[in-house]
Amino acid sequence: MRAFSVPAMFCIGEMFIIITGGVDVSFPAIASLSMFVVCSQLEDVASNPLVFFLVAMFIGLVVGILNGVIIARFKFPALIVTLGTSSICFGIMQGVFKSREYPLCAPLKELGEMKLFSATNPVSGLTSSMPVGVILMIVLIFVGWFILNRTMLGRGIYAIGGDVKAAQRAGFNVFGILVFIYAFSGCMAGLIGVLRSTMLLAVHPNNLEGMEMTVIAACVLGGVRMTGGKGSVLGAMLGMALLTIVDNSLILLGISTIWQKVFTGAIIIIGTAASAIQMKRNERTLAIKMNEGGK
Amino acid sequence: MDTIRNEINRDKNLARLLVVFLMVFVICTALKGSMFINVPNFQSMGKQFPEFGLLSIAMAFTLFTAGIDLSVVAIANLCAVLMAKFLTLLIVPDMSSNAVFMMIAAACLMALVVSVLCGALNGFLIGVVGITPILATLGTQALFTGFAIVMTNGSTLGGLPKQLSATINGGVMGIPVPIIIFSVLAVIAAFIMSKTTLGYKLRMLGTSAKASTFSGFDNVRLFVTNYVLSAVFSAAAGIIMLGRFNSAKADYGASYLMEAILIAVLGGVDPYGGKGNISGVIVATVIVQMVSSWLNMYEDISNFYRQIIWGGLLIFVLIYNYIVNEREKKQAMKG
Repeated sequence: MRAFSVPAMFCIGEMFIIITGGVDVSFPAIASLSMFVVCSQLEDVASNPLVFFLVAMFIGLVVGILNGVIIARFKFPALIVTLGTSSICFGIMQGVFKSREYPLCAPLKELGEMKLFSATNPVSGLTSSMPVGVILMIVLIFVGWFILNRTMLGRGIYAIGGDVKAAQRAGFNVFGILVFIYAFSGCMAGLIGVLRSTMLLAVHPNNLEGMEMTVIAACVLGGVRMTGGKGSVLGAMLGMALLTIVDNSLILLGISTIWQKVFTGAIIIIGTAASAIQMKRNERTLAIKMNEGGK
Repeated sequence: MDTIRNEINRDKNLARLLVVFLMVFVICTALKGSMFINVPNFQSMGKQFPEFGLLSIAMAFTLFTAGIDLSVVAIANLCAVLMAKFLTLLIVPDMSSNAVFMMIAAACLMALVVSVLCGALNGFLIGVVGITPILATLGTQALFTGFAIVMTNGSTLGGLPKQLSATINGGVMGIPVPIIIFSVLAVIAAFIMSKTTLGYKLRMLGTSAKASTFSGFDNVRLFVTNYVLSAVFSAAAGIIMLGRFNSAKADYGASYLMEAILIAVLGGVDPYGGKGNISGVIVATVIVQMVSSWLNMYEDISNFYRQIIWGGLLIFVLIYNYIVNEREKKQAMKG
């Protein structure tokens, strides 16, 4: 659960974006940036952990809106734009704020040490505990599900992924929706960044680098279609669970961690290949049906 | 008629880049004077830009077909790691100099073969299986980097024969060897793109995959060729990197991916495919290297600011190209 919750939360934001046919690779950078900025700059100013979270969310929101406006206004490939903002964020973090590992300040540390409950393995004597962040994850998953399935906004997200022009004609505010989802993703990234630091009980600026791969892979494995229009919260969560379980069992099986990347790559390729082949087959049967109908 | 207009547009882009090139050159010279204009500086620039220049050309090839290759740096590193393994295993201390050179040549050949396989895998996944290029190359990027990590155990491979780095870091009549490799390959790339039917077909594929199919082109073969070309250029970059660092590691040059996309886009390659040419990419490479070398001359500017600048520049160039294109479209409508 510890390894699962952070990427799972990222999944929600990423899933929204992939459903519209875009992709966001900037969230690890946004999360790292806002995490480091609040933890290093607010230490003496604030004592309430809520302030930290709010400021981090604000930073994430700003970058997210920037992403969204550029992508929605100019219709650029989302990958390239977010790669650019990602580079800017890491650059600001490392250049302007001279990031390094940083001790966690007291209010956040207290929060991080709170546990929902602890479980001790009777055989090995290892204690593992449920971090508070899990509550947030559940809330977020619910919010994600609610937006996608119960609101007009969710309909709009699917509509844009299906066909942008059709969505526009149907009266959806495409620009607004796109800006919203990137802003949402950025805002959540800021929040999750700080949360991550409370879970690790320290600030590791480069801890999240490379997580975008896992998250995108999880979404795709969970049936979120890369070209847009399809996907569900449950699917993405299952995809994430699969990846986490594979990672953990590799360790349990005694396979060295150096193989981890090979497996991740292979899983992405196999997973995406499976869905791509399925899509092709669907298209073919559709074409056959249409031909038969014509006769 | 359309081809004539394209020709003009292409030249316009190149002309714009040359103006930027001159401007950057003048600004750099004005601000840093003799520190900028001297032979050693130009030589060191010449040693640096070929590696990401080649990666940018590799990226440009895939952008032409409306794809993208996120695995270029991974292929370069995988090839470098393989070569390093091969050389350290097979070369014994008392080998004659000629035999060592033979070994190096064999290693280069092996790297090229591996890169062809890597590229073919990318092309297969994209062309035959039908995975979107971003995802396919994201997966292979992890896969190739993973294999490189497995082979090196995550550490740096050193202990390479002196001859390799001596060759790469040397020069012929004052011209660094990497520049010579780069020039030859760049000319080949430009030739393929603009003078051969293959280049024409790739452009067609980038403009519209459907139109390309109905014109009777074999899209699968085109995709495979395209990603193989990209991989071979990445391998060449890997060989140069191996010689320059005199070592190999699974995660060298991680920032090159961003730079490669930046340069290709700066050089006028449209990420939606079908537009752009190699000469633009070459000029853009030199511009980026100049700015980079110039930034190096300020000691208080940390390396990390470069990331901010490249990221900002990438987005700026995208928006700028967009505005220029829109204006041209409007003018064309009026005309």
